[in-house]
Amino acid sequence: MSGYSTYQPQSPFMKWLERRLPIASLVYSSFVAYPTPRNLNYWWTFGGILTFMLGVQIVTGVVLAMHYTPHVDFAFNSVEGIMRDVNFGWLLRYVHANGASFFFVAVYVHMARGMYYGSYKEPREVLWILGVILFLLMVATGFMGYVLPWGQMSFWAATVITNLFSAIPGVGGSVVTWLWGGYAVGNPTLNRFYSLHYLLPFVIAGVVVLHIWALHMVGQNNPTGVEPKTEKDTVAFTPYATVKDAFFIGIFCLVFAWFIFYIPNYLGHSDNYIPANPGQTPTHIVPEWYYLPFYAILRGIPSKLLGVTALASSIVILAFLPWLDTSRVRSANYRPLYRQFLFIFFAAVIGLGYLGSQEPTGGYVIAARILTAYYFAFFLIILPLLGLFERTKPLPNSISEAVLRHGAPIGASAPPPSGAKV
Amino acid sequence: MKHHRIVLAVALAAALSAVAVRTAAAQDAPARQRWSFAGPFGIYDQAQLQRGFKIYKEVCSNCHSLKLLAFRNLAEPGGPGFTEAQAAAIAATFQVTDGPNDQGEMFQRPGKLADSFPPPFPNDQAARAALGGKLPPDMSVLALARSYDWGFPWFIVDAFTMYQEDGPDYIHAILNGYTDPPAGFTLAPGTQYNKYFPGGGLGMPKPLSDGQVEYTDGTPTTVDQYGRDVAAFLMWAAEPTLDARKRLGFQVMIYLIVLTGLLYLTKKKVWHDVLDDPDLLQSRPPTEYPRS
Repeated sequence: MSGYSTYQPQSPFMKWLERRLPIASLVYSSFVAYPTPRNLNYWWTFGGILTFMLGVQIVTGVVLAMHYTPHVDFAFNSVEGIMRDVNFGWLLRYVHANGASFFFVAVYVHMARGMYYGSYKEPREVLWILGVILFLLMVATGFMGYVLPWGQMSFWAATVITNLFSAIPGVGGSVVTWLWGGYAVGNPTLNRFYSLHYLLPFVIAGVVVLHIWALHMVGQNNPTGVEPKTEKDTVAFTPYATVKDAFFIGIFCLVFAWFIFYIPNYLGHSDNYIPANPGQTPTHIVPEWYYLPFYAILRGIPSKLLGVTALASSIVILAFLPWLDTSRVRSANYRPLYRQFLFIFFAAVIGLGYLGSQEPTGGYVIAARILTAYYFAFFLIILPLLGLFERTKPLPNSISEAVLRHGAPIGASAPPPSGAKV
Repeated sequence: MKHHRIVLAVALAAALSAVAVRTAAAQDAPARQRWSFAGPFGIYDQAQLQRGFKIYKEVCSNCHSLKLLAFRNLAEPGGPGFTEAQAAAIAATFQVTDGPNDQGEMFQRPGKLADSFPPPFPNDQAARAALGGKLPPDMSVLALARSYDWGFPWFIVDAFTMYQEDGPDYIHAILNGYTDPPAGFTLAPGTQYNKYFPGGGLGMPKPLSDGQVEYTDGTPTTVDQYGRDVAAFLMWAAEPTLDARKRLGFQVMIYLIVLTGLLYLTKKKVWHDVLDDPDLLQSRPPTEYPRS
């Protein structure tokens, strides 16, 4: 995270410190002088929002952990104890539970932005892969957190998801027993989930550092996808990006607060207010909303092994995106065909999410299969071919030029140079 | 043209998602009631909670436990508004098992403020044995543990209208849902038909009838009113901090609106010069991106 620093320590103490631990110049170069493209739109504030949400989850989580009891006989009541008897415990729990949802809202927007503007392309492949790893860690952390209140959905979600590993040929059964720490989901399972749920956020924080480090090596992408060429194409991170991020975090928090204070149980499932009962299967086991698209992919495929493979592939395939997309143009603003296929892809994911929440019967399964087929075709067929056949629009020469054309679609107002394929 | 196609694509995906008609559940949709605690400024109605508590004590508590609620909660702010003395008097009417004492034996004593409501049966097995194999659920968080799936588009509309009262609506509906089964419906033995209960056959016999519980404040003593009062009481039992949540929520909202407004103005000021930099007005005609 260096290379831009113009930091000169002034006071004797800072000069002394700088020669021993140049932390001030590191912070200065990373979060003050760091040049960001001047044309970033508000979709770029979600990185800051994600960092903010990670902080919110860790702070509320650490305090909740002081009052929570990870034992099958006490977990449910200890969570209710937090709601009733801990000062502002209801606030901590509602912030943490809805915070998980809003963390995922932010990460999905962040990923969609990366896909729309081609932020995964050379030289940002490692940055993107670190992002996919972060998403996987979030999925694991969120799942284990959902198990901790030990309600009906907690217990049965844990049962269903851990059972997925039984699809592994040969060793599946042993792997599941090993994951459970017994022959069924029970107290050892709850204890290890609690332990890992506390550990993984700090792993996430560590990978976030790598993610930001990689970002600061290659610089941010921008809506044109054209790299900054001169100093005029960039502005300093502070105050420009800082104040923009802060403003949009405020907007995000307003929506977040709406859920926390007015509809705190809207995103949850009422069955999770029933204590876990291994003897009674709920009529309709559904995961949290943020896993629903993947759940629909899993259920759409009749073979268990194939279903689990598709589920895992649907996330892992994201890591190969930099190489599956063969186009050299980054931003979808200049890729008319990609833009349409991408919007269909987003619609397919939302459609899968809806299907994942419904009972898997008849037309729902067929629809889920069609959308699953599109999901994978988008990565494996459409993206590789588009780069070869798509006629892209002319790109602006620089970010500054694009900024000065604001209003009209970027690049559209200028006549194409003679001989250019448009 | 391109927007046209995007709209088409989204419509296609939406149509695919809705290929199958929603499978009709064998369950009527509960009627949505008006609740004093609904909406951004909603708070519990103390008189209603007191009436609801009376119903719980006289009727529900014969079978249903309320383990997570303590007698002290009855006198806490945002609740039914009993005084501490009243709550202590209520507690004293319950017998609580305590011990072991110095002789090593468990003993019964009158309840105190710090005690939680004693369950009507010593354990689940005893409840089942007494009630023909049926276990009445604990009522502590019942109002949050029951819901009704209103389906699309309600699950989106409800986020904007702050509808969170599906639990009490369901409880009210159940208490008013005992009817004759439809023709051809075979009722499982030991169950009563209830048009709001999933599957139709409910193990609980009709618990309330008109005039069963006496009200002293002139409120009509109908099953409809009983249902509403006891559902409100159970909502409070499930979420005794609702009043505090909505009060703090309003303060947080005002704070965030002011803060975000100030941040917006700061952002505008900071970015003002950058967006109008005249140096940037010289630009060259665009060139095509080199293709591989």
